[in-house]
Amino acid sequence: MLELWLLVIAAALGTYLWRGLGVLLSGRIKVNSELFNWVACVAYAMVAGLISRIVIVPGGMLAQTALAERLVACALAVAAYYLSRRNLLVGVGAGVAAIMAMVALH
Amino acid sequence: MSFVVDAVYLSPMTPAAARRLGMRDALGVPGAVLAAGMMGFGALALESGLSLMMALACTAGIWALPGQIVLIEMHMSGAPGALTVLAVTLTAARFLPMAVSLMPVIRAPGDSRTTLYTAAQLLAMTSWAWTMRRCADMPRESRLAYFIGFSLTCWTVGIAATAAGYLLAGSFSPLMRLGFVFLNPVYFVVLLIADARTVLAVCALACGAIAGPLLYYANPQWSVLLAGLIGGTAGYGLQRIIRRRRA
Repeated sequence: MLELWLLVIAAALGTYLWRGLGVLLSGRIKVNSELFNWVACVAYAMVAGLISRIVIVPGGMLAQTALAERLVACALAVAAYYLSRRNLLVGVGAGVAAIMAMVALH
Repeated sequence: MSFVVDAVYLSPMTPAAARRLGMRDALGVPGAVLAAGMMGFGALALESGLSLMMALACTAGIWALPGQIVLIEMHMSGAPGALTVLAVTLTAARFLPMAVSLMPVIRAPGDSRTTLYTAAQLLAMTSWAWTMRRCADMPRESRLAYFIGFSLTCWTVGIAATAAGYLLAGSFSPLMRLGFVFLNPVYFVVLLIADARTVLAVCALACGAIAGPLLYYANPQWSVLLAGLIGGTAGYGLQRIIRRRRA
């Protein structure tokens, strides 16, 4: 329990590091350098990797659903997002409704 | 008629009015989208065995949904603490360029350092985008007030939504709970695909999305960090090749 609290505090400090450093360095560094491009790629890839892993190989409750069901729900969510003129709430709502409907039916 | 419009438009906005405008902006679509994401996080925290206080501390302290999800997922997979902190920290790297570009816009000569460094904790993608857009035609001394009004409202909504998600998910039927737990993954699928408008983003997202599950089979504990480093570096290389071909 204590260990988990320390983990949360350290993660919060690690996250703040960038925010605080940004305040400190504003006006002194160029943000469109190649180093920043690489860092942006790593951050994007890490989030994309985690999300695609959760959709393809989930743990917990989502493991009860079929891969096809999760993929169909995600595809419907993306379609609903674009059909609703880029409304994120509509897209997410459609995806959640789709997975619940498919699980309820089987 | 046009004179009246101009007069309203040009009347300088006081800091108090800017703060109110920020709060009002935040309580529209940004707050609703944020609340949905944070409710999903609350449900995920409950399912992962975190206490309510810990879930709220994650939202208030980290204040970045990707990092919060990385933290919970890596903790659940039994990854060492140092590795988890490193991965969460790396997902937050986007805040550096955001803060660097935001500060010259919102800073006024009289602002104290303490206020600026405290306000930095509230920085997130949405508050950055809205403040950059709104503050262009606002007097300098009102801009920080707008940012704080907007982002403090978002922060409060986020914490409340985390609590709501955590408490509601426990009283829901299993089917509803499943929907809640699926909320975050589907939220990011839509957000990342919608975000993929530059060559760099497409390459990084595609390489990361392929690397994530593959590396998870090889080593669950290291998979998030390695997917970022390997997938991200591959994506970076790929977009350089594409850019060079085009040039």
